[in-house]
Amino acid sequence: MRRFLAVLAGLLAAALVWEGYKAVGNPEGTVVFGVRVLPRADDLSMPHLWTIAERLGAPELTGGRPVWQVVLEACLFTLGITAVGFVAGAVVGLVLAVAMQRFRIVERGLLPYVILSQTVPLVALAPLIAGWGGTIMPAWATVSVIAAYLAFFPVAVGMLRGLQSPASAGVELMRSYAAGWWRTLVKLRFPAALPYLFPALRLAGAAAVVGAVVGEISTGTRGGIGRLIIEYSREATSDPAKVYTAMLGAALLGLLVAAAVTLLEVPLMRHRRHVEVVTL
Amino acid sequence: MTAVVVDNVTKVFNQGRSDEVTALAEVDLTVDDGEFVSLIGPSGCGKSTLLRLIADLIEPSTGTVTVADRPAAQARREQEYGIAFQQSGLFEWRTVRRNVELPLELRGIGRAERKAKAEQMLELVGLADFAGHYPGQLSGGMQQRVAIARALAVQPPLLLMDEPFGALDEMTRERLQSELLAICAKTRTSTVFVTHSISEAVFLSDRVVVMSARPGRITASIEVRLPSRDEAGRQSPVYFDKITEVRKALRG
Repeated sequence: MRRFLAVLAGLLAAALVWEGYKAVGNPEGTVVFGVRVLPRADDLSMPHLWTIAERLGAPELTGGRPVWQVVLEACLFTLGITAVGFVAGAVVGLVLAVAMQRFRIVERGLLPYVILSQTVPLVALAPLIAGWGGTIMPAWATVSVIAAYLAFFPVAVGMLRGLQSPASAGVELMRSYAAGWWRTLVKLRFPAALPYLFPALRLAGAAAVVGAVVGEISTGTRGGIGRLIIEYSREATSDPAKVYTAMLGAALLGLLVAAAVTLLEVPLMRHRRHVEVVTL
Repeated sequence: MTAVVVDNVTKVFNQGRSDEVTALAEVDLTVDDGEFVSLIGPSGCGKSTLLRLIADLIEPSTGTVTVADRPAAQARREQEYGIAFQQSGLFEWRTVRRNVELPLELRGIGRAERKAKAEQMLELVGLADFAGHYPGQLSGGMQQRVAIARALAVQPPLLLMDEPFGALDEMTRERLQSELLAICAKTRTSTVFVTHSISEAVFLSDRVVVMSARPGRITASIEVRLPSRDEAGRQSPVYFDKITEVRKALRG
């Protein structure tokens, strides 16, 4: 109940900030030495929240389906792409982390490229990957590949750190039990890595959403929220609230992925919730 | 049968490099069955290294280590010993009971038997009521007792302990010493116990092995025969005589 109230208070605060700025901000934005430091507060740049809400209920095109339906449908489409990309990225990240933990030489050889991979601009890669669409995989899967490409990175780096986290006492203990690499991984390294894994998964989830949205735009995939943002932003001058409905959809997507990670975390991190120390 | 035979062992770390260190030089040590032997010496004398050699966590540069009449590596694979370190090294994601079960689990022992055994061991160290707690909920002394229960769970013929009570306060330490002696007497376990406390070594041991540093070697081996291992034992003249003897040996 308290958590629900906290969420509500957070939403309310965000709405207040938005509307508050609209009320006091300069409609033309605040310009200091030729640089706009605060955005325009006019209805074209920042429509009222109730205008956005109204727009959600209104038909997309005259006589068409209401916008919320279109946005929700696009969200579901992109959610599917994101989920596939997220899972694929997480698996690739885990495998890379385990390989890097197992073999020092793999870590030395691979880690620089893992980091390098994220400095390559996504827009440069997207056309290359988009070319696979329709030939070796369906068009939507190329967007998943882009999402996975962004998602694997935090998992690989975070998980490697986690797998290397057990103290030498734990490692020596497993050796004293004559446990080999695999059993040490399963019984010690993997559970010890979980506190590192979940923050990494949260980052990966956010990255997968960004990857899916940007991927849809740069590969020209239809049907998703990324495409909707582009389409609606073209109408921004005549219908400014419309593009914000699509952005709300993208935000919802991020929340859903974050919630999925939390659902996974709660049962696995039970020991972290008991904190009271018994002293006898 | 002898529990441990260390024969002419030398251990050099980082051999051939500029940071080469001779941790142990020509060490001989024999621990008889059921004997309680303490290793004592200044820090850097290689007592922990010697323990790790017996445990086959590291390998000797020269010489041989035999545990239960087998090479140390084979003894480790056959889990002839239980080990406890200065840090309890409990797995924080496992409950106390599942921590004690860990070595049994790795031996492929069935769930029911594991549980019974773990509960029996926790009973022994007086933590039966905390089986369902997580290590993070326990105090340092309790964690250490869990670690000892874990080391004892497979009922090893040999117990290796590396300053297990080092991080504890004096009262807890004395209570655990008595508990340990009772357990060892009951299970007829041979023990190699590393410590830097003279009184602890004398109180616990049948024999105190004194080591000197750089390079680590054994300088004295002092038999201790206390009239009894309890409060009366701690007050007896023999106890104080032996403490003096060990202290003199440490001064060299």
